[in-house]
Amino acid sequence: MRGPVYKIFKYTLFDLLRSRWLSSYAVLIGLMTVGLLYLGDDPTQAAVSVLNLVILVVPLVSLVLGLMYHYANRDFALLVLTQPVPRGSVFWGQLLGLGLSLTGAYLVGVLVPFAAFSAFGMGEVDWPTVGMLLFVGAMVTLVFSSLALYLGVGNDERVRALGVAIAVWFVLTFVYDSLLLAFIILAQAYPIDRWVIGLSMLNPIDLARVLVLLHLDTAALMGYTGALFKKFLGTGMGTTAAVLALVLWTAVPAWLAGRVFARKDF
Amino acid sequence: MVRVEELTKRYGALEALKGVTAEFPPGKVTAVVGPNASGKSTLMKSILGLVVPSGGEVYVLGEPARKNPRVREHIGYMPQDPRFPENTTVREVVRWIEELRGAPKLDLDGLLEYFGLSPHLDQPTRVLSGGTRQKLSAVLAFLFDPEVLILDEPTAGLDPLASSRFKDRVAAERDRGKTVILTSHVMSELEELAERLVFLLEGEVVFAGDLEELREKTGEARLERAVARLMEAS
Repeated sequence: MRGPVYKIFKYTLFDLLRSRWLSSYAVLIGLMTVGLLYLGDDPTQAAVSVLNLVILVVPLVSLVLGLMYHYANRDFALLVLTQPVPRGSVFWGQLLGLGLSLTGAYLVGVLVPFAAFSAFGMGEVDWPTVGMLLFVGAMVTLVFSSLALYLGVGNDERVRALGVAIAVWFVLTFVYDSLLLAFIILAQAYPIDRWVIGLSMLNPIDLARVLVLLHLDTAALMGYTGALFKKFLGTGMGTTAAVLALVLWTAVPAWLAGRVFARKDF
Repeated sequence: MVRVEELTKRYGALEALKGVTAEFPPGKVTAVVGPNASGKSTLMKSILGLVVPSGGEVYVLGEPARKNPRVREHIGYMPQDPRFPENTTVREVVRWIEELRGAPKLDLDGLLEYFGLSPHLDQPTRVLSGGTRQKLSAVLAFLFDPEVLILDEPTAGLDPLASSRFKDRVAAERDRGKTVILTSHVMSELEELAERLVFLLEGEVVFAGDLEELREKTGEARLERAVARLMEAS
């Protein structure tokens, strides 16, 4: 007999795969990738454009779909919680089901167009870069699925949770970088480089950007934080630090959400 | 047999249960009665582990139930308004629950037939009426032949045929020695099924005992009047 986490994971996945919005998400990502690939002429340039897409769209969609799923699935959680199953396994099974199905939709959406591009001999695909892009997008999806569940489990009102989610997304995507830039300009007389590295670790979207840019040897695209990561940590250390920070960004909200779930009244 | 001891539950400033001690013996139907917001649902949900009590303990068949999900193997539950995953058919819901709880102890087809659910097997649960969802909930509650049945307004939404079949079934389970905990707003239904009554008011047990005892205490033969007396007196 398999463990209850696996069973809950399986049902969650099964239910999600049937819902139309998951496949719509894969198609949306796919269409955007196709657009960028076939309109431009350089696949590496297209990979960078897809990166911008990942930074903008993937967090928002993961948050919104994650929350929608959480609220649509409360009935299922309630049914399962009255069965002889530990609460923790209900939570972790759902988180895995959500995170992995969103990740799967993203991977399919990006990979299929690149594979087709290469298979039909339409150009040289820079596979290491695409691989990096897939990895980073998957990490961002996991980070924001886990944030979505944290917001969902902590809020019984879906409108409020959705509002907070959109605010979080807006701040991390637009406001944070402006503030960081202002800080860099204001403090340019001081040795603040290490601070800037630390501060960009606090934003998973910055981390994702840094991670891809560290592996693209186009210095002009690196941006200030990317260059700093490379200068201070080197590509190897910089990558390790960024990946570790992203793992923490997934694990901490998930752990917090699990704690709230364990003490919640249904 | 279910026992709750000194059970408390606080929601912020609100004390939903103020040290409730009560016993639900086997072979009897115990009705939990009280006005709205008296703590009935909180009590039932605490026994199930859906609500995390602030203090006290719940014993199911003698085992402490808090932090022990395995005791729910002995519990069948019908919520007030049962809901199921929308994209899933009746057949799949039953199969999932079977996977979680192990092989059913009773004949599934017989139960489906008894509650008139067989024609709905391949329908997704989102198209089911409230009454049909209630029937599915009943099938799931009885299927594993649990020692304890917790039934929260179980007949609301059932048609007269399903409702009377359901009540026959509950009476039969009681006669087989099961512990039945029941709430209902329909006093005649409680009168028909219950031998015992726990009356809650503002999170406290005002009366717990046999219906006979209640009738003697209040001098009222009808349950509705007897309960009304209890409410007036407190």
